[in-house]
Amino acid sequence: MTKDWKQILKRVDELRWELPRSFKQGMRVPGRIYASEEMMDVLAEDQAIEQVANVAFLPGIVGFSLAMPDIHWGYGFPIGGVAATNQDEGVVSPGGVGFDINCGVRVVRTSLREEEVQPHLAALLNQMFRDVPAGLGGSGQVRVNMQEIDRVLVGGARWAVEKGYGWPQDLECIEGGGALPGADPTKVSKRAKERGLPQIGTLGSGNHFLEVQVVDEIFDAEAARVMGIDSVGQVVVFIHSGSRGLGHQTCQDYLEVMEVAADKYKISLPDKQLACAPLSSSEGRSYLAAMTAAANFAFANRQLIAHWVRQAFGRVLGRKPEDLGMNVVYDVAHNIAKMERHKVDGKEVALCIHRKGATRAFPAGHPDIPSKYRAIGQPVMVPGDMGRYSFICVGTERAMAETWGSTCHGAGRMLSRHAAKRKLEGVNVAERLAQKGIMVRAQNRAALAEEASEAYKDVAQVVDVLHDAGISRKVARMRPLGVVKG
Amino acid sequence: MSAEPPPFEILEHTADVGVLARGRTLADAFAHAAEGMFSIMVNLDGVRETEQRPIAVAARDWPGLLVAWLSELLYYSDVEGLLFKRFEMQDFRPYALRAVAFGEPVDRQRHELGPGVKAITRHILEIDEGPEGWRVQVLLDI
Repeated sequence: MTKDWKQILKRVDELRWELPRSFKQGMRVPGRIYASEEMMDVLAEDQAIEQVANVAFLPGIVGFSLAMPDIHWGYGFPIGGVAATNQDEGVVSPGGVGFDINCGVRVVRTSLREEEVQPHLAALLNQMFRDVPAGLGGSGQVRVNMQEIDRVLVGGARWAVEKGYGWPQDLECIEGGGALPGADPTKVSKRAKERGLPQIGTLGSGNHFLEVQVVDEIFDAEAARVMGIDSVGQVVVFIHSGSRGLGHQTCQDYLEVMEVAADKYKISLPDKQLACAPLSSSEGRSYLAAMTAAANFAFANRQLIAHWVRQAFGRVLGRKPEDLGMNVVYDVAHNIAKMERHKVDGKEVALCIHRKGATRAFPAGHPDIPSKYRAIGQPVMVPGDMGRYSFICVGTERAMAETWGSTCHGAGRMLSRHAAKRKLEGVNVAERLAQKGIMVRAQNRAALAEEASEAYKDVAQVVDVLHDAGISRKVARMRPLGVVKG
Repeated sequence: MSAEPPPFEILEHTADVGVLARGRTLADAFAHAAEGMFSIMVNLDGVRETEQRPIAVAARDWPGLLVAWLSELLYYSDVEGLLFKRFEMQDFRPYALRAVAFGEPVDRQRHELGPGVKAITRHILEIDEGPEGWRVQVLLDI
């Protein structure tokens, strides 16, 4: 049964909706959802808003249980959910990060124009499809053993660069420098490491992708210029992947730990997937150390993928990647929990920020963003669906004040995988994309329907809501030329 | 007499995919849930039984055992690249099981593959017994 959410939610203004604490007994704070009226109609059809209420049960939650406009029904947290918990009484919840720890997006720029790439596009996609294994059963080119993996878990992208996969200057353009502090490989199980070993440097399946895109609109020329995005027609590459089996197993392992811990600390929650433990407890600290290690694995994974993308461009175009200007614009995590400093009632305090399908969006001047972006704000990568477009935005002061420096992470699904397949029965998705000038290489072409435009919200509406709400500002829009999928 | 309900059905969820499995016994329902999970990853008709793996897991309760069972199968899938299609329960008791899983390594040319399953969630996890047998419901992260 669908609830009449518009009756339950209080409209704060055009783009902000509040879910009052009175909605469900046990909510410690109200919920707040960023959405347009039109989006709210779609949103009300699944259980996402119910999940916003459930997150508000977490002990020590501060402010609001927040949801970005790309919110949709997840497990435990809604996807698109943000929650801050305080250091003293607050908890950390693996469900607030998800199984794919540090799933995220990296953007690499090029100095190439669309017309220079177009004649080589098929060869380029073939090369990337060979070098970056995607889908089930694909194993990576780099072999690491059980000793080496511990170095990956501590060093993250830095480990990869030291091994020769990438450039030293890549590191400053990755959230947390590509190696988050506090990672403890001894807190990651042997099984998680075994699952990670064959998968380092692989893309995965589902919504993960590699896309060659072309800039088709610039909204903020100055910010774009600082990012190395100079003009319409310029080619960039989007990489979307995460921590693969290592992260999935780490989350699975700690959900069990947290289920026991939640009983031990007498934490009662409406959904088992929200199981959590106090930040100060040994269970909470162990999870954070393991989760951070898995996040570093994901940074290393995207670093390796970016390396092979550069190599593929170099080989196919017959020029060195350095000469093609293939710098990292930025790399952001969108499934993560981190200790950060934020202002609560005018006082700066340490909070654990859970971002489940949400992206950090720090403003200009923030000390945690690279010096080159200090004047414009942190770049935020927002991929859309493979048939339309993606965006690059920047964080704002308003995000700091309202959303713990967070914004959306993508388009957000609208149809289930089966509903999408039913809707597109008899449609050759690859061919339809080809007619729009988008070339696809997929391990599994039959499953492309699950990822077609129809399955997703329009990402332009998502970024517009946050742009208009002052949370993140649009910088540029890109459309896909070529797509690699699992 | 009504027709036998299918061993499993796929449930719709916006982001992920659920499996609703049934069985005369709870052990059967667990086996059918595993079949349902692998049916998301591959068209099971094309999977041969060239390999087998013994599985033994234990947990604190039935939902925990279901998660442990499916996770163990995913582990073999990730580490050894195996896809399973048939499961024989050898010992099934509160809250432990021993079973044998039959299948073969992924063949990217021959198999009709779907998306990989990342993990087993506890969200909307249900196990209950009705007049027609057992029913288990589980949501998988894709």
